[in-house]
This record gives sequence, C-alpha cells and structure tokens, in this order.
Amino acid sequence: MTLATRLTGTRGFVSRLSTGTRVGLLLVGLTVLIAVLAPWIAPYDPVATDSAHALAGMSWSHWLGTDQYGRDILSRTIEGGRYALLVSALSTTAAVVAGTLIGSLAAFYGRWVDGAITRVLDAVLAVPAVLALLLIVSVFGNGLPVLVLAIAVVYVPAVARVVRGAARPVLSSGYVTAARARGERSLPIIGREVLPNILDTVLVEFAMRASWVVLLVSTLSFLGFGVNPPTPDWGLMIQENRTAVTVAPSGTVAPICALALLVVGLNLAADGLGKYFGVDRARRGVL
Amino acid sequence: MIRLVATRLATSVVTLFLAAFFVFFAVQALPGDVAQQLLGQNATPEAVATLRKQLGLDANVWQRFASWLGHAATGDFGTSLVSGQSVSSTIWTAFSHTLLIAVPAIIVGVTLPVLLGILAGARRGRATDSTISVVALVAMSIPEFVVATVLVLVFAIAIPVFPAVVLRGSAASFSELASAAVLPAVVLVVAMAAYIIRAMRSSTIDGLATEYATTAELKGVPRRRLLWRHVVPTAILPVLPVISINVAWLLGGVVVVESVFNYPGLGKLMIDSVSTRDLPVLQAIALLSALIYVLVNLAADLTALAADPRQRTLNRARRRRRRPTLEEVSG
Repeated sequence: MTLATRLTGTRGFVSRLSTGTRVGLLLVGLTVLIAVLAPWIAPYDPVATDSAHALAGMSWSHWLGTDQYGRDILSRTIEGGRYALLVSALSTTAAVVAGTLIGSLAAFYGRWVDGAITRVLDAVLAVPAVLALLLIVSVFGNGLPVLVLAIAVVYVPAVARVVRGAARPVLSSGYVTAARARGERSLPIIGREVLPNILDTVLVEFAMRASWVVLLVSTLSFLGFGVNPPTPDWGLMIQENRTAVTVAPSGTVAPICALALLVVGLNLAADGLGKYFGVDRARRGVL
Repeated sequence: MIRLVATRLATSVVTLFLAAFFVFFAVQALPGDVAQQLLGQNATPEAVATLRKQLGLDANVWQRFASWLGHAATGDFGTSLVSGQSVSSTIWTAFSHTLLIAVPAIIVGVTLPVLLGILAGARRGRATDSTISVVALVAMSIPEFVVATVLVLVFAIAIPVFPAVVLRGSAASFSELASAAVLPAVVLVVAMAAYIIRAMRSSTIDGLATEYATTAELKGVPRRRLLWRHVVPTAILPVLPVISINVAWLLGGVVVVESVFNYPGLGKLMIDSVSTRDLPVLQAIALLSALIYVLVNLAADLTALAADPRQRTLNRARRRRRRPTLEEVSG
C-alpha cells in the first residue's frame, strides 16, 4: 500500500488518530514532568517508614494511604517513575543510535558484511529479552550502566533489522550512486544521504522501543532484579504491595495506573507518528 | 526450491551456533572464580584447585566451549552447581510443566487473535473495529505481571475458581497443575494477542484493497466469500512472522507468569537459578529458548514457502537481480 492510497483511504481516520497522538504525547509529557518535579511535589519522603500508620486507608494526610511499612503511597507513586524513565530514556537512545548505525552499515556494504551482521543479530534475537536480561544481570549485577547497556544490546538487533530494510531502497537511489561516484566514504554517505531519508522510520522506532523498554524495566523490577528496595519503582511497588491488595488496594492500583497510562501514551504516540510518516507499525508486529 | 530450503536450514544452524557462543561467553565473563564462589571465602587453595579441576575450569575457554557444545548437542548439559543433579533432567521436568501452559496458550493465542484481526479489518472504521483496536492497544500497554496480578485478584481471591499459586512447587500432581495452569495460560494469550490482532487487521485491510479483491467484488462474489476465499489466505502470510516471533518469545512471558503463580516450570527454574547463580542451568535454558526460536522461525518460513509460490520465485528473482548491484557497489 503506497503512502498516497493510505492517506486518501484513511482520511476519516487521520483527524481522530491525531487526537489519539495528542493524547498520547500529553500522557507521556505529563509523566515525564511529574517524574522530573517529583522531589518537589511529593508530599512525603517516599522511603520514610512509619510503622504506627502501616497499611492506613485513604485519608487527608495520606491521599492514597500507606503500604505495609507505613510509607506514603502517593509519594512513592510520584517518585516511582524516575528510575524506570531514566533507564528507559538512556537505553532506548543507545539502542536506536547503535541499531541505526549497524543497520545502515549492513545495508551500505551488502554482500558478506550484510550476511554476517544479519546472522549475529538473529542470534541475539534468538534469546527472549527477559531471559537475556536476567542472564546479563545475574552475571554483571544490576547497576545502572549494566542495565542500560544490557537493554540496549537486547533491542539493537530489532532496530538494526528495521533500519536495514528502510535504508536499502535509499541506497539504490541516484543521489547515493552519485555520492559514491564522487568518492565519498561510508559514514558521510550514511549521515548525509541515507539518514535524512530514513529519519521517519528511526523516530517511529524510538517511540515504539521506548514503550517496550518501559515494560521490560518494570518487569525486571517486579521480578526483583531491577531497582533495589526501598527505592520507589512502579514494578517493585506492585510486587511489594500485591500481597496486601485486599487491605490497601491503592498500593497496587496506583502504580498499575501510572505505568499503564505511560505505556498507553507511548503506544498512542508511536502509532500516531507511524501514521503521520506513513510507516505501518501494526503490520510489523514485534520486529 | 531444494536449494532454498537447504540455505534456510544452514542459516538456522549458524544462528543457533552463534546464540550458543554468545550465551556461553556472556556467562564466562563472570567476574571472579566460580569455584571460589561455590566454596566460600574460607576454602583452602587446595580445595579450590580440586574443584576447578572437577569443573574443568583449568582448561582454556575455547576447549571448554567446544566440550560444552559437544555435550549439549547430545542433550547433556552437565550438573547443576546448586543441587548437584543432572541439568537436563531438571530442565525436561520443568519444560514439560511449562508446555502445559504454553501449548493451550499458543493454540488459543494464535487462532483467536487472527479471527479478531480479520473481523476488525473487515469491519474497518466501525464500532467492532474500534473496540477491538482499543482493546489490543491496552493489552499491548499492560505488562504481563499486571495482567497476572489482576487475574489473581479477580479469579482466585474475589471469585475463588482457580488457585492463585501452586503451593507444593515441583511436587504438585498433574491435576493440581492442570487447574493451576488456566490463569497463566490466559495471561500468555493476552500478551500474545495484541500484536497478532494488529498485524492481521492491517494485513486484511491491505488485502481488501487489492485489485483482485475489487475484481472479485465487482464480478459479484458475496462479501463473506470474498473475505474468506480471496483475501484471508493471502493476508495471513505476512502475519506468519509476527505469529512465529510471538510464539518464540513466549518463553520470556513464561518467566514472569510462572514467577507470579509460583508455577514450577522453566521460567520459575530460571528465576531461581538467577538468584542462586546456577550457571549451567541458565546456559541450558538460554540455549533451549534459542533452539525454540530458531525452530519456530524455520517452521514459519517453510510454511510460507510451501503456501506461497511467489516467495520461491521472488527469492530467485532477487538473487538474479543482485549481481548487477554488486558491480554498482564496487564501482
């Protein structure tokens, strides 16, 4: 389906979907803003325990109640996105930059270089993300640099594959042939001729990887291999509070809502960007 | 055709070998001495040296890789550092438990989303489509552990129909496991469904917009027949890779789900092994999952090759066209 038919065929959609995109961007922006301002807007210290008021219900002093150590749930929810967002932003950027470079180099050199890169990427893809991360974390520990690098490594192959696919048609175009004939080298050609033409794909890649990385980071925290307690984190909060869910439901429900709103926002933004640039995201599924 | 299949098989073997290589060397990069770690700080140097010899750690890395790979190929993954039992028997027991949740999840998690995707694509823009699309988007945005937590809350605590966790761990009987397998399987279905629904919907829409679909419509083929006979068989082909990767990555979801439900499968074994740093078990699980990935992808590619004659000729045509571009690259 060409870009033209998609635009004419979906004109009824476009206005509605761009509303969705706006909602998505708003949700993401709001979450990031709250995370950045968290130390100033959180009413309590998120790690301060208060055993006298453990598992308190909602009240004026604790809007969302407290968890089993008497920590304020609202404060923990407000601060709970900081670590996940930091790790996600860093590792998504690293994965997309490295993936774009590797993918376009593979497309540029073709032949055996392309073949070798594709095989290596496929081998990394063969181990499911959660498994690969657990393996890396169990070997190297769960420090911030390790997590960022590990998540980047896990997502580089998928990004590189997509970028390689997008770069190939550009590389057979006339202006790239002209640049090659002028004797330009690989990196200048990729930077000046290829990259501007695949920027749409790369941006959509960034938005959609970001949503998975957020999910992956919180899954890791939920499993107990991400942040270390008592640092507030949504995944960890859900893990800690789900046993007390009948007594203090907000301890589980609040982080779930926060996490879901962020990821729904990222997905809406990615879908909207994809539609805007004419990159069909849904069709690709996971890759 | 035979050459195509042979090439595809060869690349699978290469991929699997590379994956084994990465897994082995990632684990070998472990800082510190495994033998020292197992025996603790107070061990005498002689004891450490003996254990190193026993574990084969005194050989060089490449020799160890070769012998590990050789044994792995025959199904022998060595002995667990923690329990001292054979890794392969531990893994096979856990894997059979995992299959109990994975197989029903795959069957339901592939057919249902494909049908929903076709429905959404055929009713594009109407209420059915919007509902399915929104549900898919939400399902995509909610991590497996949240779905699992919510299901436990509803179906094990509020309305106690299914057990929330497997209490007796790996000693549980088959009937206990079967009733405990329902909720985990549902979680896996939800996790897989979203991507397949979206891909199938998109592909059905493209299929309905093709010239042959328009021709069939104009010559008076009823809409239902047009959809099922003319559009769906071709529209399902681009969805095959999406299905295969979701099935292959199911094992990732299994880790989360089994840890929530305390289900004694492969994922739980993996989590436990990470906590105890039982490296032979971890290596074996990672290699097993790579094997599953390679096999599922191979199956999907071969199915596509068998079902779609265009792929066979397309590949050949591309190969023929490639030669002039090579000159272009060097020139």
